[in-house]
Formats: sequence, structure tokens, C-alpha cells
Amino acid sequence: MEIILNNRLEKFEYKSITISELLKEKNFSFSRIIIKLNGQLIKKPEYQTTYVINNDKLDIIHMISGG
Amino acid sequence: MTFSEIKNKLQNYTVGIAGAGGLGSNCAVSLARTGIGKLIIADFDTIDESNLNRQYYFYNQIGEKKVNALKKNINSINHDTEIIIHDIKLTEDNIPKIFSNCDIIIEAFDVAEMKKILIEAVLSEMKQTPVISGSGMAGWGDNNSLQSRQLENLYICGDEKSNISKTNPPLAPRVAIVANMQANLVLEILLNKK
Repeated sequence: MEIILNNRLEKFEYKSITISELLKEKNFSFSRIIIKLNGQLIKKPEYQTTYVINNDKLDIIHMISGG
Repeated sequence: MTFSEIKNKLQNYTVGIAGAGGLGSNCAVSLARTGIGKLIIADFDTIDESNLNRQYYFYNQIGEKKVNALKKNINSINHDTEIIIHDIKLTEDNIPKIFSNCDIIIEAFDVAEMKKILIEAVLSEMKQTPVISGSGMAGWGDNNSLQSRQLENLYICGDEKSNISKTNPPLAPRVAIVANMQANLVLEILLNKK
């Protein structure tokens, strides 16, 4: 499948993958990120049950401390 | 638009400010100067001397609650902006209540985990309300790395990479730039409303 991850085209061998699997594979840390899948907020309890499929747009936004 | 047209329009709107530190205090002051109608400001913290390197407070306000001091400081800039303050620690549960009547919410925390909590609470419980976050502004220099971008109702201002640390502290110029990028986006959104 091909998805747009943070505005860049990414190819995966799988037909679909859960968000938690994708985070592991891409080495994202879990605690300070906001995830939007096709514009919809996905909260942490849904990471394991939400699948990313071909042509999806996924945004993983790291929040940075300071203010 | 003339400045009086701008003020007349902004007078109808309410902006929520979550956190009254470097981002929140500077953003609130800019919005009040521009003529925003009402600000709802929430923070539980008191002013420490170390805050004065970037936050809109004064030496004689050390020890005061930030929300009380900010209300006074804004009142002495613009009487016409109504200020509602909440001396409270914001949580997932109280965020939608406290900011329920806001047209836009400013995420102005310092800690990343709190930024996440606020953004998720607004995006899930207040789906119509835009939230403008500040993320990545520690240190100095590198003006051109400070940007803003939009993902539907979520706006992010900052460089999205500069973490705070002992040797990369948050300082007035970059923090105030990001706070004013947030205020500037508020104007862009509200002044474009029909």
C-alpha cells in the first residue's frame, strides 16, 4: 500500500497496518504525538484497532515542550 | 479594513487561552491590543522571577497568580477587552466546559504532554472550534524555521523541533514570535468570517 505520511509518499509491503504497528515500524515515540488519519483525530486507545490502508493520509505530529 | 472596522468586528469574538506563560501572556496582550472582545484565560501557576525572561509580567508581580496579574496588565492596555480568568489546572474533563463559548482556542502550555491533552480535548469534544498550538520555539536565532501550518481545525506555530533544555532555554524573542504568530492566525480566521 501507499500512504501519505506527514506529506510524504510512503510505501509498505502490507495491505493494511494498525497505527500501533506503524508507529513501531517507523520508531515514533508514543507519549507526545497527535495522530490524524484522513483528517480525523485518532486517540491512543484506538491506535491498536485503527487500520491504515492504501491511499490514506496520515499525520503524526510531535508536540515539542516550551512556551 | 481600517483599525476601527477591525476592532468593531473583533469585539464580537471570544478567544480561549490555555496557559498564561510565555505563549499565553504574550498572545493575550496582542489580541487585547487589537481589540478582541473577550478572553477566557486559564492557568493555576504563580509568577516566578525566572518567568520574566519571556512572560508578560513585571518584577513587582512575582508571587502573584498569573491569571490575576495578566488580567490587570491587559486592563491597563485595553479596557474594552473583557477578561474572564480561571485559576485552575486544566484537564481533559474541564477543558470543554471552561472554553465552551470560545470561537478559537489557543494552546499555550509549556509541557508537551499538556499540549497533547488540550489539542485532543478540543479536536474530539469541540469539533467546530479551531485550536492554535505553539510547538518548538526554544533557543535563539533561525527566524526562518518558525512557521505555521494547518491540519483541518488544528493549526501549529513554531519550528516543531527545538526542545527546551538547560542549554536551550525558552527566550523572549522566539517565544513572543510564536505567541504573536498564534495571535496573527486568530486575526486571519476571525477577520475572514462572514
